[in-house]
Amino acid sequence: MRVLLRLLGFLGAHPWRAALAVLLGVATVASNVGLLALSAFLIAAAALKPELAALSVPIYLVRFFGVSRGFARYAERVVSHDVTFRLLRNLRIWFYERLEPLAPSRLLEHHSGDLLDRAVEDVDELQNVYLRIFSPILVAAFTVSATFAVFWVFSPLLAFVALGFLVAAGVGVPLLVDALARRTGRQQVELRAELSAQLVDSVQGVQDLLAFGAEKERRDRISEINRKLARAQRRMALIEGLQGSLNDLLSNLAMLVLLVLAIPLVSGGEIRGVYLAFLALVILGSFEAITPLGSAFQFLGRSLSAAGRLFEIADEEPQVRDPQNPAPVPERPGLEFRRVTFSYSNSGSKALDDVSFEIKAGSRVAVVGPSGSGKSTLARLALRFWDPDGGEVLLGGRDVREYAQEDLREKIGLVAQDTHIFNGTLRRNLLLARPEATQRELERAVEAARLGGLVESLPEGLDSWVGEQGLRISGGERQRLAVARALLKNAPILLLDEPTANLDTVTEQELLGSIREMVQDRTTLLITHRLVGMEGMDEILVLDKGRIVERGTHAELLRSSGLYRQMYDTQREMLAAA
Amino acid sequence: MDRELFRQIKPARIFLALTVALGVLGAAATIAQMTFLSEVVSRVFMGDENLGRVEGLIFLLLAAIVVRAALVWAREVVGQRGAIQIKTKLRERLFSHLMRLGPTYTKNERTGELVSTAVEGIERLDAYFGRYMPQVLLSLLVPLMIFVYLVQVDWISALLLVGSAPVIPILMIAVGKHSERHIQRQWLALSRLSAYFLDTLQGLTTLKAFGRSRAESETVAKVGERFRKRTMKVLRYAFASGLVLEFMVSIAIALVAVELGVRLLRGDISFQPAFLILLLAPEFYRPLRELGTHRHAGMEGKAASGQIFEILNTPAPVSGGDAYPREIQNQLTIRLDSVRFSYPDGSRPALSGVSLDLPVGTTTALVGRSGAGKSTLANLLLRFLEPSEGDILANGLPIMGLPVENWREHVALVPQRPHLFYGTVLENIRLARPGATPEEVQRAAELAGADGFIRRLPEGYDTQIGERGARLSGGEAQRVAIARAFLKDAPLLVLDEPTSSLDPKSERLVRQAIERLSKGRTTLIIAHRLNTVYSADRIAVLEDGHLREVGTHEELLERSTLYAGLVNAPERVTT
Ligand SMILES: Nc1ncnc2c1ncn2[C@@H]1O[C@H](COP(=O)(O)OP(=O)(O)OP(=O)(O)O)[C@@H](O)[C@H]1O
Ligand SMILES: Nc1ncnc2c1ncn2[C@@H]1O[C@H](COP(=O)(O)OP(=O)(O)OP(=O)(O)O)[C@@H](O)[C@H]1O
Ligand SMILES: [Mg+2]
Repeated sequence: MRVLLRLLGFLGAHPWRAALAVLLGVATVASNVGLLALSAFLIAAAALKPELAALSVPIYLVRFFGVSRGFARYAERVVSHDVTFRLLRNLRIWFYERLEPLAPSRLLEHHSGDLLDRAVEDVDELQNVYLRIFSPILVAAFTVSATFAVFWVFSPLLAFVALGFLVAAGVGVPLLVDALARRTGRQQVELRAELSAQLVDSVQGVQDLLAFGAEKERRDRISEINRKLARAQRRMALIEGLQGSLNDLLSNLAMLVLLVLAIPLVSGGEIRGVYLAFLALVILGSFEAITPLGSAFQFLGRSLSAAGRLFEIADEEPQVRDPQNPAPVPERPGLEFRRVTFSYSNSGSKALDDVSFEIKAGSRVAVVGPSGSGKSTLARLALRFWDPDGGEVLLGGRDVREYAQEDLREKIGLVAQDTHIFNGTLRRNLLLARPEATQRELERAVEAARLGGLVESLPEGLDSWVGEQGLRISGGERQRLAVARALLKNAPILLLDEPTANLDTVTEQELLGSIREMVQDRTTLLITHRLVGMEGMDEILVLDKGRIVERGTHAELLRSSGLYRQMYDTQREMLAAA
Repeated sequence: MDRELFRQIKPARIFLALTVALGVLGAAATIAQMTFLSEVVSRVFMGDENLGRVEGLIFLLLAAIVVRAALVWAREVVGQRGAIQIKTKLRERLFSHLMRLGPTYTKNERTGELVSTAVEGIERLDAYFGRYMPQVLLSLLVPLMIFVYLVQVDWISALLLVGSAPVIPILMIAVGKHSERHIQRQWLALSRLSAYFLDTLQGLTTLKAFGRSRAESETVAKVGERFRKRTMKVLRYAFASGLVLEFMVSIAIALVAVELGVRLLRGDISFQPAFLILLLAPEFYRPLRELGTHRHAGMEGKAASGQIFEILNTPAPVSGGDAYPREIQNQLTIRLDSVRFSYPDGSRPALSGVSLDLPVGTTTALVGRSGAGKSTLANLLLRFLEPSEGDILANGLPIMGLPVENWREHVALVPQRPHLFYGTVLENIRLARPGATPEEVQRAAELAGADGFIRRLPEGYDTQIGERGARLSGGEAQRVAIARAFLKDAPLLVLDEPTSSLDPKSERLVRQAIERLSKGRTTLIIAHRLNTVYSADRIAVLEDGHLREVGTHEELLERSTLYAGLVNAPERVTT
C-alpha cells in the first residue's frame, strides 16, 4: 500500500490531466450504458405502439450516446495515456538521478542487465498502475453509484442486489485475482530481470564463452530461466482466464438474478414491463466499467514488485555525498593523502593502510607496486568514488569532502585502467571530456594521443563508429582514445592509471612524450608497473599490500635495493640475458 | 500476414486451432443466451407471464451463462499456451543464433538492443499469436454465425448488420497501414532506449570521472521524451482507429435500434425478435472490435519480429563444416597460407598475404605496432572470423572444414580484453572445463600466479567478483583469465597480451608458466614487451597487416629495423 501511495505521488506533477482522464472515463461508461439501455427501452416502448412523438426523446438520446461513446472513449484514452507516459518519462529521469550518486561503489552488487531491466521494463510495467488502477477505480466507483441510483428508482431490493454483484465483481474478483497472482507476478518480474542480466553478460562475454566452449552450458542456463518464465506465464494465463470468466459470469448472473427478482415485480405491477429490458441492459452495461479492475489487479503484484525494485535502488544511501556548502576548488591545487586507511565493503583486508604522501601543485609522483597493491584505489579515493575509512584526502589543502563532487572532478583528468568507451562515434567519446571543445582542439588531442593515423585511415574520420564498448577499434587504439580524452579535458590534476598498458614500445614512447609535455606544470599521479621514464618523476612511491613500503626518487630507490630495485631488475633481467 | 511469423506457428498449431474452436463455441453459447433472455423478457413483458411460467427458460439461460463463462476461460488459457510455446522456442533459437554469430557480430551491435529484442521483443509476440491471430479467424466466423442465425429471425436487420460490417475492416486497414510505420519506429525507439540505458549504466563511472554524469540526466530526459512522443503517436493512431470502429458500431447499433423501433411501431415485427436482434447486434460487432484492439498489439509484435528475424537471418560468420568428421590430433601444427582479411567497412585489409607456420612444440611471438592486425589474426585462429582469401591449416587440413565447436575445443585463448562473468572466481576459471575439480582449478590459478590473491579474498575461490570482475584489480582479473586458459589444457594456446596489466614480478611468473605449458603444444603469444617475446622460439613482426619478418630475437635484431625499433625499448635506452 505504501508503495502504491508513493507511486500515486508521482501523479502530483499532472493533477489536471489526471482529473480530466477520470472525467472522460466516466463519460465513456455513461455513454455506453445509455446507448445500450435506452435502445432496449426504445424498442420496448415501441412495442407498445405509442405515438411516434413519444419516442422522439429516446431516439434522440440513442443517437447522441451512439456518437458520444466513441468520442468520449477516444478522448479518455488519449488523455490517460498521455498522463501515464509523461509519468513514465519522469520516473526514468527520477530513477537515473537517484542511481547516479550510487555509482560506482553502491552499484557493484548489481548486474547492469538487471539495472537496465529496472530502468526500462520495470518503469514500463508501472503503466498498469496509472492506466488500469488509478483512474478505473474512480470510474468504477462512479458507475456503481449511478447504477445503484437507477435501480433505486425502481426498487430498493433490486438496487441492493445490483450493488452486491457490482461489489463482488469490482472488489471481490480483484482481491481474489491479486491474491492468486501476486507471487506469480513477482516471479515474472524477477525472472525477466534475471533473463536480461544473463543475456547482457552472455552477449558481452560471447567471445570468452565461445573460446571456452561454454556456450552450451550458458544456453542451458538461459533455457532454464526461459522455461521458468514460461511456467509462470502459463500460471498467469490460468488466472487471466479465470478473471475474465468470473467477470463474464458475474455480469450475466447479475442480469439473470435481477431479472428473476424483477419478474414478480412486473407481474405485481410495481414495475412497468416496458422497463424490464432496459434494466437488464443497464446492469450488463455497467459491468463494462468494473471488468477492467480484475485485469488491473491481476498485474498488481507485478507492478508492485517492479515499483519495489525501483524504490530499492532509489532508496539506497549514496556512499559519498556533497557537503551543504561546498567550498570552491582552487585553480592549481596539490593533492595530499594523509594517513589514509581504506577497505572495500565486504572485503576482509585493507586496500590502503595508513598511506600518506603529498603531490605539491605542479609536481609529479609515480606509484608503482605489485598488482593488487592498491594503486588504482588511490585514484578512486582522489576522485571521491569512495571515501576513506580513516585519514583524509586533501586537495588544495582541504579535505575533498568539502567540495562538491562535480567541482572536484572538474579539476581532475583521468585515464582509468578500464575506461568505458561508449557505443558511438570517436567524436562523441572525445566530447565527453569537454562538450564545448572545438574541432581544432579535438584534432590536437587526437594528434597528441597518437591517434591521428587511425582517424585518417577511417573513412568517416572522427565520425566513425567505434562499436559496442569500442570493440571495433584495436585495444591500443582504445587505450589511446582514453588518453586523448584526458588530454582534451585539460585539467590541473592528472591521474594516469597505466596509460600505456596496451601499447607497443614505439607508440608508448611517443605517447609518453605527449604526456610529458602535458604534465609540465600539472599535478600528476602516474600509476604504472612499467618502470619507464621514472627519472622524470619528483617522487616514486612503492606500494605493497596497501602500504607505502618505499619512497624516493628513481636514483635513491635503485640504490636502496628494496622492492623497487627488485622490480626494476626483473624488468631488465631479460635484457641482461639478451 | 507476415509469412515468416506464420511459419512460427507450426509447433502450436493445435493450440491456435483449439482457440478458434473455443471462440466459435463461445459465440454459440452467446447466441443461445441472448435467445433465452429475449424470450424471457418478451414473455413477461408482452405475454404478462409470471415467474413460474418462464422457470424452464431461466434455467436454460443459466446454463448458457455458465457454459459461456467456462469457454471464455478455456479460450484464454489455450490461446496463451500456444503463444507461450512459440515464444519460448523462438527465444531459445534467438539466443543460440546469437552465440553462433559470435563476437564479430555483437561488437557491431548494441548489446542493450539485442537484449531488449530477446526479452521484450519476443514478449510482444504474445499478443500476435495468442490474440491477434485467432481473432482474425474469429472475426470472420462469429459474425457469419450470428448473421446466419439472424437471417432466420429477421432478414432485414441481418442484412443491415452485414451491410455495415465490411466497412469496419476496410477503415481499420486504411488507418492501420498508416500506423504500421509508426509502430516500427516506436519499437526502434524502445530498443534504442534500452541500448542507451545499458551503455550509460555501464559507463556511469566514466561519466562521473568526467563530471558528466549529472548532465547526462538531460540526455535521459531527451531519450525518454523521444520514446514518449513516438509511443503517443502510435497510440493516437490506434485510438483513432478505435474511434472509427466504435463510431461505426455505435451508429450501426443505433440505426438498427431505430429501425426496429419504427417497425415495431408499425407492427411489422414483434417484440421478441426485435429485442433479440438488439442483444445480438453488439455481439455481432464484438469480434471486429476485438480485432481492432488486438490488431494494434499484434502489429507491435510484428514490428519487434522484424528485428528478431533480422538477427535470425544473419548468416553466421563462419561456416559450420563437417568435412572431417574424425578427430584432429592432440598435436597441432598450424599454417597460415597467404591469409587475407578485411573488415566489412575497413578502408584497407586488416591482414593481407600473411603466411606463417606455427610448428608443434614451439612458441611464436607476434609483435607489431598497435593496430597492425595482431588481434585480428588471433580471431581468425579462433574462427570468430573467416579469411577472405587464403587458408588456415591444422596438420595440413583447412580448419574451415571442421565443425566450429570441435575446432575451438583445441584452442585456449587469453583475449586482449577478457570478460569475467558475474559469479565467483571458481565459476569463472571453471568455465574452461566445467568438470574440473577444485584442485585442478587451484593448480591452474597457481600457475597463473593468481592463487595467492584469490586465497586472500574474503571467501577465497567462492568470492563473488562482480560484473566483469569489477571487484578485482586490473592485474588480478587478467590472471583469472590466464588461469582459465591454463585449465583448458588445449593443444593450441593463443595469448593476446596476457600480461599487459601485470607488474614485472607477476609477469615473470606467468611467463615462466607459459614456457612450461607450451612444451608439446603450439603457442602464439601477442605481446608488446620485450621480456615476453624475447624467449620465444620465433618472433613474427606484423606491420599494417603484412608479415614483415620471422626469426629469432637475435636474427631480427640484426635484420629488421622495424623490430629493432619496437624493441629499442626504453629499457634498453636506460641500460
Ligand atoms: N570494488 C572492490 N571491492 C572489493 N575489493 C576490491 C574492489 N576493487 C579492488 N579491490 C581489491 O583491492 C585491492 C587493491 O585493488 P587496486 O585495484 O587498487 O589494485 P592495483 O594496485 O591497482 O592493482 P593492478 O596493478 O592489478 O591494477 C585488490 O586486492 C582488489 O582485489
Ligand atoms: N570490428 C572491426 N571493424 C572494423 N575495423 C576493425 C575492427 N576491429 C579492428 N579493426 C581495425 O583493424 C585494425 C587491426 O586491429 P587489431 O585489433 O588486429 O590490431 P592489433 O594489432 O591487435 O592492435 P593492438 O596492439 O592495439 O591491440 C585496426 O586498425 C582496427 O581499427
Ligand atoms: Mg589497478
